[in-house]
Amino acid sequence: MPNALIVRIAIVVIAVGLLELLCRLGVIPNFTMIPPSAMAQSLWKILASGKFSHDIAATLVNVGIAIVAAMAAGVAAGTALQGWPAARRTLDPLFATYYAVPMYAFYPLLIVIFGLGDFPQVAIGFLLAVMAVIINTLNGLDRVPAVLLKTARVHRLGPLAAAWRVRLPYAAPYVFTGFKLAVAYSFIGVIGAEFITSSRGIGYEISFAYNNFDNPVMYAMILFILLLVITVNMSLHVWEKRLLSRRRRA
Amino acid sequence: MSHVALRGVTRVYPGKTPVHALGPLDLELAPGEFFAVVGPSGCGKSTLLDVMAGLASPSAGEVLFENRNVKGQVPDGIGVVFQEDASFPWLTVHDNIAFGLRRTGAPAAEVAAQVGYAIEFMGLKEFAQAYPAQLSGGMRQRVCIARTLVLKPRLILLDEPFGALDQQTRLLMGDELLRLWRETGATILLITHSLDEAAMLADRVGVMSARPGRFLELIATGWPRGRDSTIVASESFGRLTSRIWTLLRGESLRAMGHA
Repeated sequence: MPNALIVRIAIVVIAVGLLELLCRLGVIPNFTMIPPSAMAQSLWKILASGKFSHDIAATLVNVGIAIVAAMAAGVAAGTALQGWPAARRTLDPLFATYYAVPMYAFYPLLIVIFGLGDFPQVAIGFLLAVMAVIINTLNGLDRVPAVLLKTARVHRLGPLAAAWRVRLPYAAPYVFTGFKLAVAYSFIGVIGAEFITSSRGIGYEISFAYNNFDNPVMYAMILFILLLVITVNMSLHVWEKRLLSRRRRA
Repeated sequence: MSHVALRGVTRVYPGKTPVHALGPLDLELAPGEFFAVVGPSGCGKSTLLDVMAGLASPSAGEVLFENRNVKGQVPDGIGVVFQEDASFPWLTVHDNIAFGLRRTGAPAAEVAAQVGYAIEFMGLKEFAQAYPAQLSGGMRQRVCIARTLVLKPRLILLDEPFGALDQQTRLLMGDELLRLWRETGATILLITHSLDEAAMLADRVGVMSARPGRFLELIATGWPRGRDSTIVASESFGRLTSRIWTLLRGESLRAMGHA
């Protein structure tokens, strides 16, 4: 096992152990935080009982929709904009300030437009995620060497075929970075929106438990989100590394 | 009958101060001829290639390939190898070479056979499943040549394909290019800044002037078809290169600003 990995695991184990100890000794009172072992136990019970299966499924579906929509729309918009410099110049200030806009401020507006269903949550997840895909797609496409574009023309590829067969494959590592961010932003957007107004979902259940001083449920669901997001991102990271290893010099 | 004909080809890059890069220039290439172009830096050699390939349109004049006008689009039957690495980093050597062939809709069995042959011919057998990043510059250039070769182009345009390689590799790649030329029967136009390379490989060498590039002289080398890099040691090779250099020296000085 590589040293860095051992150190990493050690840090997590020590931190969790310390937290456990402080909770058990009463340094951290139980109404503030429950010991990690109790969180795990509670989470296990919740998952086994299937009590929140409906909420977990709702959140995952909404996050999934936001991710897929952001990926598709982001790549399409990025590719189109890269081939249309005038539009890109016009929209550039928007790109630069996009993430300065607190997306949640639009929540009331989204509810007015989309009503009270799952749609506002998906919309916030999508809005947060899509710009990361657009920006990274543009960045990748800007780096395609001129000689590869010429090669596409020598192979008599039209604009769409050139984008699909040459430009996007070349830009893939950058687009992938955009996808990774899109996954993270979609989770943030959807779960955050569930906190505000929603009648189901992981975020809603955490908020509900919080309002009812139900620490075992609240911490169990926080732990669940942590494990979920870490697992998803680690898997993406491993996949990305495998993709990149081919393209790097040995 | 000429395979490729350039008539009064001129290329001016428009702008506030238009740059007259090339011509007017006339040239006829016979079918199966190996023609090399040498010229001082910035004389429009690459522009000439772009115009012949249909990657750029001439500002005046016309390019005919097999009696058809080439304009703004690369016609079927023309293959181009560039100086820069044009291999696709996301594809294996095998898939790089199969790229164009698959686009033509050829049956899988034929693609496999053609690609297999090209891999063998270019000495890439051990690397068929490797990615370009794992190969040397010379090997990657072979991949690009093989990718062009499988499409059976009748005219192959090469823009300083060995420019980034060391001298020994260049000589050996030159031998391979001659072998490929004989095997395919294609017409070849090779752009190079190496006088030796031009003199060793070509049937005729076109010596270009400083910008705007025009042909100062077309020199027939008189080599037999079965030549290889050993001719660089012959006496007539020395005479040939010195003749080309005499023509080029003044132009190169002009290109450097010593008019």
